[in-house]
Amino acid sequence: MSRPALETRELNKSFGALAVANNIDFRLEVGARHALIGPNGAGKTTFINLITGRLQPSSGRILLAGEDIAGLSQEARVKRGLGRTFQINTLFRGLSVLENVTLAIAERQGVAGGIFRVAGAYRRVAEEAYALLERLRIAEDALKPVRELPYGRQRLVEIAIALGLKPKVLLLDEPAAGVPTPESAIILDLVERLPAEIAVLIIEHDMDLVFRLAQRITVLVQGGVLVEGTPAEIAADARVREVYLGERRHD
Amino acid sequence: MATSPPKVPSPVDILLRRRRLRPIETLPWAIAVAVYFAFPTYLPLGTEILIMVLFALSLDLILGYAGIVTLGHAAFFGVGAYTAGILAANGWSEPTSGLVAAGLMAGIVGVVSGFIILRTHGVTLLMLTLAVVFMLHEAANKAGFITGGADGLQGMVVDPLFGAFRFDMFGRTAYLYALAVLFLAWLFARLLVHSPFGRSLTGIRENVTRMHAIGSPVHRRLVAIYAISAVLAGIAGGLLAQTTQAVALTVVTFERSGGILVMLILGGAGRLYGAFVGAPAFMLAQDTLAKSDPVYWLFWIGLMLVLVVMFARGGILGLVDAALHLARRLRR
Repeated sequence: MSRPALETRELNKSFGALAVANNIDFRLEVGARHALIGPNGAGKTTFINLITGRLQPSSGRILLAGEDIAGLSQEARVKRGLGRTFQINTLFRGLSVLENVTLAIAERQGVAGGIFRVAGAYRRVAEEAYALLERLRIAEDALKPVRELPYGRQRLVEIAIALGLKPKVLLLDEPAAGVPTPESAIILDLVERLPAEIAVLIIEHDMDLVFRLAQRITVLVQGGVLVEGTPAEIAADARVREVYLGERRHD
Repeated sequence: MATSPPKVPSPVDILLRRRRLRPIETLPWAIAVAVYFAFPTYLPLGTEILIMVLFALSLDLILGYAGIVTLGHAAFFGVGAYTAGILAANGWSEPTSGLVAAGLMAGIVGVVSGFIILRTHGVTLLMLTLAVVFMLHEAANKAGFITGGADGLQGMVVDPLFGAFRFDMFGRTAYLYALAVLFLAWLFARLLVHSPFGRSLTGIRENVTRMHAIGSPVHRRLVAIYAISAVLAGIAGGLLAQTTQAVALTVVTFERSGGILVMLILGGAGRLYGAFVGAPAFMLAQDTLAKSDPVYWLFWIGLMLVLVVMFARGGILGLVDAALHLARRLRR
């Protein structure tokens, strides 16, 4: 078996007596489209925060392309190709769309710390940012401050910033959360068209979306992996129906 | 896919064009030069205003751009003032090298204190910045053998500038000296805030969580700008020491930290020119009010500040912006 893009081994995190991540063994294959589902409070976002380094695990290993990154800072993990989006928009609200993406690309290219003689490098960064906006079809909003955009458009900027990092592994935390259905189709479409070489882990509540996108699905319940498998296996699993699929009618 | 009509500047051009000098940006300098010729008897006050503009400008870099709220900026002003003062009182009377030393010492204090306290946020950080001022104030007070303590530092000897221009009793040399230093600092600050480094500071202010998530070394950037700001504040303090040829304990007090914060907020933080508007406005108001109402002048200053923070969050420049915006809308 080839080396996975991302792997966790016996990953644990507890706050006092409360285990929010419970011995999670997880593999994200290179170029995978993998969904992470589970009821509210199952620890999905916590899992992402552990992988990215926003939270420190109590124990366990996190391997990015085979390298243990559990002891590294958030920055160092990003530099190694780990990108993420946030469930709740986490944007530079007062800055333009173009500049939101420019900031990310400047960090990736290593020019973001420069003060002197940076005009040429900064132009290249901004041009790459604009090209990305064109590809995502949000270029007409390039100069608008993010806070003036409708929420659905802001969700696209959320993804654009992460793509500006050219990640090898992309963690999408409910990319279509809070977006009305017609606009969520645009976001879905974007996620479907992501470059094939990026390994994508997507947290999502919308089952139609999950079954449309994912090749594999992991079900998380109370901080632990309940089951992992193909969409067909998950759909047929009685335990999953019980804890999760049965609940979706309440949405 | 996107087709734009020809000859319209691209959004990239518009983004980068911000760095270009606009004509209005020469206005402060034109005024400063005009003051030199028009009000020769006010030059000592003018010099002090220039120094406060520099001090407020240094604060704007960390408060307005990086979003570090501090009540401790007088620490660096004080270190600079005492460095320049102690050198000049002990035989090192050449002013420009004294000023460089003032900036360097303040910068060192900035790196060391910043490295420690910038790991904290919010009220903790605010208290720590304040603690640094209190500690340095007490150190300056106790080290009377070198600082003069509560009596102030006396016996400074400042040589003519470049060996040619004596610091005259009318304050002409002092004014032009302060103006030249402020100009250089402004050139640097302007370059900085429009650079990728400066924009990343704005990113930290806007959303520090996202900056971490895009791989920005946030702590290192904050320490860097804190130190740069400290250098400029130290130079401001050094200028005050050299041009007044005295240093009092008041250079490193909570009041001075608070005062400069008020000046910056009054002018408008995070826009580079708030310092150029707020410091003169505050000091001229202080000068006028103290003469016309020597008992209650501080009350009027307080009232002014209350009105600004309640109704004009962007300070005076914010009001100007709003007025221009309104005028443009009405014309349409």
